[in-house]
Amino acid sequence: MALYLSVKEIWRNKGRFFLFSLVIALIAILVLYTAGLASGLASANKEYLEKLRADVLVFKSGVNYSTIESRIEYDQLRRIRLLEGVAEAGPIAFSNAKIVFDSEVDSIDVSFIGVDPGKPGAPNAVLGDNLRFAHSKVVLVDQKVAEDSNVSVGDFIKLSSTQGEEDEVYELRVVGITDGQQYFFRPSIFVSLPVWDRYRPKATAGVYRNKPDVNVVAVLAKDSTRLAYLPEAISAVIDDVETTDIQTAYESAPGYSEQQATLGTLQGFTLLIGTLVIGGFFQIQTLQKIPQIGMLKAIGTPDRIVASMAILQIIFVTIIGVLLGGLVTLGLVVGMPDNIPIQFSGSSVLTALIALLLIGPVGGMVSIRLALKVEPLTALGM
Amino acid sequence: MERTVLETQQVTKIYRSNEILVRAVDDVSIQVEAGEFIALVGPSGSGKTTMLAMLASLLVPTEGSVLIDGEPLGDMTDRQRTKFRREKIGFTFQSNNLIPYLTSIENVELMLRLNGKRVKQRRGRAKEILVRLGLDAQLNQLPSQLSAGQQQRVAIARSLIHNPSLVLADEPTANLDTARAHQVVQNFSDLIHEERHAGIMVTHDLRMCKYVDRVIQMVDGKISHLITSQEEISVLSESSEFDILEMGGASMTKKDVIR
Ligand SMILES: Nc1ncnc2c1ncn2[C@@H]1O[C@H](COP(=O)(O)OP(=O)(O)OP(=O)(O)O)[C@@H](O)[C@H]1O
Ligand SMILES: [Mg+2]
Repeated sequence: MALYLSVKEIWRNKGRFFLFSLVIALIAILVLYTAGLASGLASANKEYLEKLRADVLVFKSGVNYSTIESRIEYDQLRRIRLLEGVAEAGPIAFSNAKIVFDSEVDSIDVSFIGVDPGKPGAPNAVLGDNLRFAHSKVVLVDQKVAEDSNVSVGDFIKLSSTQGEEDEVYELRVVGITDGQQYFFRPSIFVSLPVWDRYRPKATAGVYRNKPDVNVVAVLAKDSTRLAYLPEAISAVIDDVETTDIQTAYESAPGYSEQQATLGTLQGFTLLIGTLVIGGFFQIQTLQKIPQIGMLKAIGTPDRIVASMAILQIIFVTIIGVLLGGLVTLGLVVGMPDNIPIQFSGSSVLTALIALLLIGPVGGMVSIRLALKVEPLTALGM
Repeated sequence: MERTVLETQQVTKIYRSNEILVRAVDDVSIQVEAGEFIALVGPSGSGKTTMLAMLASLLVPTEGSVLIDGEPLGDMTDRQRTKFRREKIGFTFQSNNLIPYLTSIENVELMLRLNGKRVKQRRGRAKEILVRLGLDAQLNQLPSQLSAGQQQRVAIARSLIHNPSLVLADEPTANLDTARAHQVVQNFSDLIHEERHAGIMVTHDLRMCKYVDRVIQMVDGKISHLITSQEEISVLSESSEFDILEMGGASMTKKDVIR
């Protein structure tokens, strides 16, 4: 009965309800797009750090966990490795470089990351081999680099970096391809530390070391009991360092928290607007239908059916709207150039979808109350 | 003697608004049998709608009781009353009778759906009543495509489809021109007599009284006249509507107001 009436009403007023579904669809697009952007930006920022195999990250003290400002010397790394409770410690050094091509193809900006083969910080290849030797002129590229530059295992890439006054180009053989490892809005490539120090851009050409200073050290604890005191032990024993976990590290990246909070607020406001719009629409609908509802109650329609009618309509319209919005968003994303960092990771989109489906019933609550309060006596004009 | 469908026992309704008590219906006892059609007339403010609302179980009397098919409405819960209304009572209101997004036949069948009846099996009956009321060509039209008279006839069909014991109509001809009004009430009267419902119609229009068996005239919440003979009824229905309004004007001054 309730289903019958609500479907009939929507069907005979297709135009109006469809138009309103479109409004919900637009709201859904905005919310989903924002959610995708937030998670895409977050990922572009932190993907490498997030996937890092480490319990503790060691930074220079007083730099607010900024990877760029942090500086750890080889001697400090050596002493961390000697600490009781430390299973492994891997140095990580960040820099930027460009992959260039012979043909007219645009160059690709990458994060150029130096690591110790086999130590924390060195990602595992999903195709080909891992880095093995400290001095081989080989490189691991992440899958985005592989796709964008169309290289596969065994190919050579040309790396361009500024040495003093000149731009130099170096050839590196790709030994393996990793999964996505973006860092600071760029896809990443990995080399051993000596290779990194030699090829990274620098102000004075020809100066490099086998054991260069690095930015951070990733530490794996021997077991969980030792992990409990390890962070403090490291900062206590080693001068001029402080420790943190991975999450704090990427949240401390410049702008990361602000950016996520901004996008979160945007999303929250859009949902709020959606709730109010749906609430307003159905409230006006119900107000217009008061004589009709009074009549239905007078001829013996139970409150249960009156309420279900209202709820069902709200649910239908919301679902159609969110479905439409979802499809359009999907279409937009598919048709969008790769370099827009939008990503539909399961959880963020799911949360957004659930929130979108909830705003209907929440917004419609007022109109349901309104419908329930209509007196059957209104049918007699009383 | 026919079965008694409706019985009111000394029904009284007192409204209280701003410390002023109004006896809208005052000590009214009536009986209506199956197959009997009654007109409830009286000047404005005489308590007709209030009376109808109590008969419809939409309003609880301050004193006295209403029995339909022998069941006292006062003993029922709200939920039971709602169920009772959809099963035992048929309604035609002055306006807003129809669901705008349902066709004529769907509006009539609504009453069956409400009662959880299989609609397919009864489609024949819904059609039959509508055809009987002269709506063969309007079965699948929406209310917005119907004239006011046609809409009222659809409402009448809906009020009868589920075979209610009691059929109530509140000024069903208020929005109709004279010719239409006669046609609608005549159809209504015929169906009530044939199908043995008990029918009560509130009306301002004394000319409509010629289709009923008894006329109950109310003034100030009380029954002032009970007209049962056909001669008297035809005299009444040939008088102009003006008369009863005059009567109302006079009676307003001696209204029962208790402070
Ligand atoms: N809810 C209410 N509260 C207070 N007084 C009311 C209420 N409803 C009706 N009344 C009063 O009760 C009396 C009877 O009203 P009722 O509507 O039953 O008259 P009626 O005969 O239907 O009049 P009309 O022909 O104008 O429709 C009137 O004096 C009216 O002002
Ligand atoms: Mg009235």
